[in-house]
Amino acid sequence: MAANPMTQFEVYRIGPEIKVGAFDISFTNASLFMVISSLAILIIFNLGSKKNSLLPNKIQLLAELSYTFVSKMISDTAGSKAKPYFSFIFSLFMFVLFCNMFGMIPYTFTVTSHIIVTFVLAAFIFIGVTIIGFIKHGIGYLKLFVPSGVPIVLLPLIVVIEIISYLSRPISLSVRLFANMMAGHTMMKVFGGFVISLGVVGGWLPLSFSVALTGLEILVAFLQAYVFAILTCIYLNDALNLHH
Amino acid sequence: MVKKIFFQLIFFNLFFLKEVFAAESGGMPQLNPEFWISQIFWLTLTFGILYIVLSKLILPKISANLELRKSQIQENIEAAEKQRESSEAKLKEYDDIISKSKLEANNIFKEARENVLKEINAKKETLDKQIDEEIKKVEKEINLLRKGASEKINKIAIETTSELLVKLIGTEVNNSSISAIVDDLSKRNGDKYYGN
Repeated sequence: MAANPMTQFEVYRIGPEIKVGAFDISFTNASLFMVISSLAILIIFNLGSKKNSLLPNKIQLLAELSYTFVSKMISDTAGSKAKPYFSFIFSLFMFVLFCNMFGMIPYTFTVTSHIIVTFVLAAFIFIGVTIIGFIKHGIGYLKLFVPSGVPIVLLPLIVVIEIISYLSRPISLSVRLFANMMAGHTMMKVFGGFVISLGVVGGWLPLSFSVALTGLEILVAFLQAYVFAILTCIYLNDALNLHH
Repeated sequence: MVKKIFFQLIFFNLFFLKEVFAAESGGMPQLNPEFWISQIFWLTLTFGILYIVLSKLILPKISANLELRKSQIQENIEAAEKQRESSEAKLKEYDDIISKSKLEANNIFKEARENVLKEINAKKETLDKQIDEEIKKVEKEINLLRKGASEKINKIAIETTSELLVKLIGTEVNNSSISAIVDDLSKRNGDKYYGN
């Protein structure tokens, strides 16, 4: 079982089977880590916002640094119009980041390594951004597909390409996160398997690789959360400030 | 020999691993839709709760904290600036007072010196006057005495001469003739006797 690098992604039921109509909504290990990540975020940021001292303590500093980090990211990419969506992007960034980071602890489950989770998030963002775009600009939002300064001959082709690229946003967004997390964890598992199978004599090389990969994967975990959030900001920017 | 066994071991292990992969890799668990609904449900639930709690309770608090700190720091900076200005003003005042008092002290010192000098001069003048008066008085007296002295001497000379003449000759000589002689003598030799 330990040798198969894909078993770590298996979802299994924890506790009884819960069914609502035809749907199985049982509590699984994936649900467990979603709950753990959310609780961790809430606990950390609640502690970080409880007391307001002029000289912040460590947890307050962490909360405030994250706040300013995300706030700066949003204002840099989407401008001041994106302020009402700050809470959503902050929650999104933190949720993805914490799920990725909890996945780095051995014997845990990585929520974001499942395409269905990332796809639901990406689809929600895609639909939300499209609705915001149509609310803000009405039918004029369709101008997004007609870039200015393009020769008329090329226009039909460009419009088709633009529409395809727009429609593929949720797929690219979800697959990017899912594939990164899955590939990283699989690779770590494979190297870990090499360590066991090569034993005391030959296991040192894959072990050192494994150590290096752990550092890399922590970086990737942060980076992918950041990319996910910043792409959301960019899509939001397209919807809010139409200047294509 | 050992090396050979080591390499064989590695090779064997890799071979073994490959076998395991081939046997167990039955596709990705992610594509098994058995728990998709469950994952969507729990994701919506947890993320929804997370979003609501963060946006309604926690993030406003953090933002308020940040604003409060910003304004507090700004206030503190302003207060510090004000205090610096007031302390500078006070320092200036202090310097002014010091220089003023120095000037005053100088003035007082000068005045006192002048007063003392004036007094000294006045006293000196009065003293000089007194001395002059005394000197004049004394000179007058001396002059009087001197004038009187010559007459007295003449008288004494005349009397002594007449008595001497009486004793020597036995006759009284007319005082007027004697006085004529004495006067004549004193006029001729007066300079010799009085040193004038």
